[in-house]
Amino acid sequence: MDFTEDQIERYSRQIILEQVGGKGQQKLSRAKVLVIGAGGLGSPIALYLGAAGIGTIGLIDGDVVDLSNLQRQVLHTTPHVGVHKVESGRRLLEALNPDVRVQTYQEHISAENIMTLLPDYDLVLDGSDNFGTRFLVNDACFFAKKPLISGSIFRFEGQLATIKPHEGYPCYRCLYPEPPPAGLVPSCQEAGVLGVLAGTIGILQANEAVKEILEIGDTLADRLLIYDALEMKFRSVGRPKDPRCPLCSANPTITVLEEHHVSCSV
Amino acid sequence: MTEDFHSRMHIQVNGEPRQVREESNVTDLLRDLQLNVERVAVEVNLEILDRRDFDAKTLQEGDRIEILSFIGGGAGGIFDC
Repeated sequence: MDFTEDQIERYSRQIILEQVGGKGQQKLSRAKVLVIGAGGLGSPIALYLGAAGIGTIGLIDGDVVDLSNLQRQVLHTTPHVGVHKVESGRRLLEALNPDVRVQTYQEHISAENIMTLLPDYDLVLDGSDNFGTRFLVNDACFFAKKPLISGSIFRFEGQLATIKPHEGYPCYRCLYPEPPPAGLVPSCQEAGVLGVLAGTIGILQANEAVKEILEIGDTLADRLLIYDALEMKFRSVGRPKDPRCPLCSANPTITVLEEHHVSCSV
Repeated sequence: MTEDFHSRMHIQVNGEPRQVREESNVTDLLRDLQLNVERVAVEVNLEILDRRDFDAKTLQEGDRIEILSFIGGGAGGIFDC
């Protein structure tokens, strides 16, 4: 793949990095990345990966832009309130970087659609907003052998992990075997999130995605990174493989993709 | 017997030193920290503890405990409904 002069100029600040170079930029340009959710996490993920020149970005989200999203979902702008998030996201990404091919899926991720989407992508970033989707994405990526970069946020806390059980690392269920009981998910009134926190964790996910594509640096494949935005502290916790994991152990109890419905208790 | 007669042990919780009563188990520790057992994962000395073993797991002097809260948010739906 040859780069045009404009492309060389556009990516010059990263091509100059020894760990990236022209070869690395080619890897980024050939990479196909699926972003689950075009919201708080998906916005910074898509913007930074788009800016970095990732070749194909898939966006899946069934929602439309709401005014209350704009506090943290920076992929969307005020004139796009009421527009489908994937369409709003596509427009901004194409304006940011016309090199990027944006694939949009205007639907919620489900056990039915996810296995048909995954073969088209090299890497998945989960920015979903509920436990049910999180377990579904983990399980689907395990079955499809796709690396997953998982981020989640709640109030002032964020968590980040790279999930690659097909390379011998733990999966999400090694740490959290099952979704929590529905009644224990905090109600919507109780919940909340600092907008900047979504940016922080989403950008860290994008960082790990770029490294995964370039095959550079250390990964979070056997760790969980925990960020406390109030105390301004990062904590990295070892994440061992669970020999009794219901999904990725030698004797799994989950052998087919199933959906968990965990709704918030109002 | 009042609490004063129990010896106390030194453990680490999320990297911070903490004292607990001898014979304390993981459920006791979570209760002291006012955490809901269903909403956390617990590692003891870098091994994930099955939540069914929280009562049976007696803490030992020098144990390193990591408590990870179960958080699932990201896009916005759960905050918007």
